[in-house]
Amino acid sequence: MSKKYEKILIPVIAIILGILLGCIILIISGQDVGALFNGLVKSATGFDFSKPSSGLNLRYPGEFLVSSMPIILTGLAIGFAYRCGMFNIGAEGQVIVGSLASCMVAILVPMPPVVGVIVCLFAGGLAGALWAFIPGILKCRFNISEVVTGIMLNYTALYGANYFLKGLPESTTTRTVDIPANASLSSEFLSSITNHSRLHWGFILVIICVIAYWFIIEKTSFGYSLRATGFNKEGARYAGIKVNKSTILSIMISGFFAGLAGAVILQGTFGYGRVMSAAENYGFDGISVALVGGCNAIGILLSGLLFGLLKVTQPLLQTSGIPKEIGDIISSSIVFFVAIQYAIKYVLTKIELRKGKAQSKKAGDVQ
Amino acid sequence: MSIIISMVPATLMVATPIIIAALGGLFSERSGIVNICIEGIMMVGGFAGATVCVLLESHPTFGPYAGWLGLLAGLVVGIIYSLLLAVSTINFKADHTIAGTAINLLATGITVYLCQIIFGQQRTVAFSKGISKMKEIPLLSDIPVIGEAFTGIYPTIFIALILVVVTWFIVYKTRFGLRMRSCGENPHAAASMGIDVYKTRYVAVMISGAFAGLAGAIMVLTNGIQYTASSIHGVGFIAIAALIFGKWNPLGTLGAGLFFGFSSALGVYASMIPILNLIPSEFFSCIPYVLTIIALIIFSGKAVGPKASGQIYDAGKR
Repeated sequence: MSKKYEKILIPVIAIILGILLGCIILIISGQDVGALFNGLVKSATGFDFSKPSSGLNLRYPGEFLVSSMPIILTGLAIGFAYRCGMFNIGAEGQVIVGSLASCMVAILVPMPPVVGVIVCLFAGGLAGALWAFIPGILKCRFNISEVVTGIMLNYTALYGANYFLKGLPESTTTRTVDIPANASLSSEFLSSITNHSRLHWGFILVIICVIAYWFIIEKTSFGYSLRATGFNKEGARYAGIKVNKSTILSIMISGFFAGLAGAVILQGTFGYGRVMSAAENYGFDGISVALVGGCNAIGILLSGLLFGLLKVTQPLLQTSGIPKEIGDIISSSIVFFVAIQYAIKYVLTKIELRKGKAQSKKAGDVQ
Repeated sequence: MSIIISMVPATLMVATPIIIAALGGLFSERSGIVNICIEGIMMVGGFAGATVCVLLESHPTFGPYAGWLGLLAGLVVGIIYSLLLAVSTINFKADHTIAGTAINLLATGITVYLCQIIFGQQRTVAFSKGISKMKEIPLLSDIPVIGEAFTGIYPTIFIALILVVVTWFIVYKTRFGLRMRSCGENPHAAASMGIDVYKTRYVAVMISGAFAGLAGAIMVLTNGIQYTASSIHGVGFIAIAALIFGKWNPLGTLGAGLFFGFSSALGVYASMIPILNLIPSEFFSCIPYVLTIIALIIFSGKAVGPKASGQIYDAGKR
């Protein structure tokens, strides 16, 4: 079987298996499977099968896009580092510091419209990149696993950010004040065409990022050296690629994407800084998105939409009477099935062998 | 002084699950499997513990032992759940970190889903007792002045201490321990000496699951009143930190666990202590993580962790 074919087939099989497992669990526990699919369709299109006369409610697709935006960005973050052989599990923390930086700049620095939005986004990305620099430099200088440093920095970011958020002027113990309109991504226009959803301008940024990701990885010599490093470090070093430099740069760019995700959540989705008691798993969702998307730009975009859909459907499922955690079960089992692709490949080759045998048998019959 | 004494029970309560879970991680890492899903296994164990405790509490014969049966349930379910890690990494050659991440994410979903099915809400019903504190400990509580520190502590800390000794004995003094360590250092060399790498790693991961499941159940049944999605709140990752800070060795892990427990208790008590009350409580929450990074920098260059940890073992590859 060709490699390219396999690259698409395995995630698709994993997605089907994940949804199948979800259905089986629903049936065993006596829940309504139909509600799951109705919920997914309703979230994606706004059309409700149980109330077909009410027509399309565009609020649902609007919210669907809102929930997909940050995880497409964290997916790009994880994917970018992964192409260079780094597992940026610290994206979670980079999202948090990105959110914090954009919040602080938005509240503390008065800025004109448009400029404010861009400066705050940039601040978020930069903070994420700097936070990602720590595991990068520790990996290169001391050969410390970026996974361990990343996990430790996730929690450091979570608690540290809470301290700074509470310290901003007029913050309560749970949230900051609303950020000024000049720094906000939200839009009356987008909201009005989607029946008052929270849809905001962040989607333009997401599109730019997907294109930038594709361009850097596939079309530049820097991207080539990244991929070479990820493919074979020693080989890359032998070919004259500065492995340490590309490792640090790749995780910093990865951190930049994650930081942007944090900024988008803050400036678009919520509009104020939140003091959090636990992480919200945007970074971990990014791992799912990147792996299922095969770490390439289009794949990440599509799988980001899939996971965004599963995420946004959850409250809908709860209101229609089935436990919303089925969404988590489906999305995590999809990642699990992608992780054990060795088993999927094994079964696929077995099927192919059997097909081959059957064909040669047929050929034998003709003779 | 009296504040420090009153901090002892809180320290021990927080440290107990950290120590036990970290010992679990020790088994798996020493055999060469990175166990990043301690957090997830703890969740499943905590859920099982709370559920069994709630369901048995009113039972006429089992009622008085409901808490302890809950711990047993956490341990057993931990073993079962850890099989996911074992199958995916050992048989299907999955990347340890990726499989672990998926297993962690699944744990949140599956436990809260089951809560909704069993209890009709997003958490278990609150149990009335769980594991009770010990009123006093013979001998220790009779010591003047510091004896007070040993009143009102949970008996589970003794499980942790026993497990530290047991772990030390298994890892360094038994045949299985030697084999396990060799699988974590160089699985191919181990295989060439006739050691079944697959079987050894399976057993190690299952022990790791038992410990983590037990730790989760202890945490919920001593520290909480019910299981919720945020019951474990990152303690599984602190356990990984304790394992690294303790240089992958049982006594070091005990020390690190106690220290992290102390820093967490300090976060709560700091507001009552002069000078310390000027430091924000978030600072104390960050301590374990920041110290672990610093420790890693200090250890770097010296081989302390298992060498082959995280590498996928393929018997055909040389």
